[in-house]
Amino acid sequence: MTGALLALVGLFGSLSLVAFGGGNAVIPAMQHSAVAVRHWMTDREFLELFALSRLAPGPGSLIVTLVGQKAAGLVGALVATVAMYFPSCLLLHLVTRAWHRYRDARWRETAERGLAPLAVGLIFASGIAIMRGTEQGIAPVLLTIASTAVLTATEMHPILVLCVGGVIGAALRF
Amino acid sequence: MQREHAPPPSLAQITFVFFVIAMQSFGGGLSGWIRREVVQRRGWMPDQQFLSGLALCQIAPGPNSVNLSVFIGTTLRGGAGALAALLGMIGAPMALVIAMGAAVAELSTYPVVSSGMAGVGAAAVGLNLATGIRMARRGVRSTYAAGIALAATVAIGGFGTNFLASVVVLLPLSFAVAVWTRR
Repeated sequence: MTGALLALVGLFGSLSLVAFGGGNAVIPAMQHSAVAVRHWMTDREFLELFALSRLAPGPGSLIVTLVGQKAAGLVGALVATVAMYFPSCLLLHLVTRAWHRYRDARWRETAERGLAPLAVGLIFASGIAIMRGTEQGIAPVLLTIASTAVLTATEMHPILVLCVGGVIGAALRF
Repeated sequence: MQREHAPPPSLAQITFVFFVIAMQSFGGGLSGWIRREVVQRRGWMPDQQFLSGLALCQIAPGPNSVNLSVFIGTTLRGGAGALAALLGMIGAPMALVIAMGAAVAELSTYPVVSSGMAGVGAAAVGLNLATGIRMARRGVRSTYAAGIALAATVAIGGFGTNFLASVVVLLPLSFAVAVWTRR
């Protein structure tokens, strides 16, 4: 139990400050650690937690809470959440205070352009990593492609797309 | 409607507003909700300040919407404001997600629930990919930048290369491209 808690602190504490582009960026590393290294769950169970974190209200990054819960129950959920949010929130708090003091637009613009490609790559990688781990057969892959197309080309509400996906998954016995 | 020199809101008001925002945001799009409530409805900060803060939160590591709540809380009332906003943002959703996690762990012994969740998951992966496409349209403006995005996608997503190692290599490279291509 204590071992699992320490592992959660080590995992999410280290991922917190490298989650460039948001919580999605570190999903492949999270999945690898939770499934292949620690054996807290199977790939399919990880997919369920991912699905749940998108269905629930609030930040999608709360998948961290669910991974902690699976690894070490309620305490694990709390420990994982604090480990993930504390470092990045503290950093952002300090940066915000500096931000209001110095305003060098040129530097900011360069930082934005430097991080954008990496953030884009990391979010694509998160989608592909989950697909590779969990989508057996052609039907789930087609569903992912269809969902991507609909969400890119239309303004349809994501929750509606997720619910349709759930119905399709249940009907086709994914 | 922005009021000049409006007194800063109380800590309880900050927590309450972020609680409301978090509970009504299903399936992402949180920063849009935050802007509506904090800038447009309540006039707690000018739009210009919000947008530069949003850019900062996207640059900084960590979940964007959580970062944004810390940015706004800090700007309004310092460290206490940041904690108040953070509490509102993740307190209730976290309790809810824990309850849902326990319920699904029980129910996924039924094949129909497990299949349904796998379907939601497959559609949710599309949400990530669509976000990537939208971000790429906005933020990837040179061939070099596209190369870096592709390298991160293939290395981590395709070959399962170590995440930290990939970031350590690609981050300086990406900054070098940004400096090199700046006008």
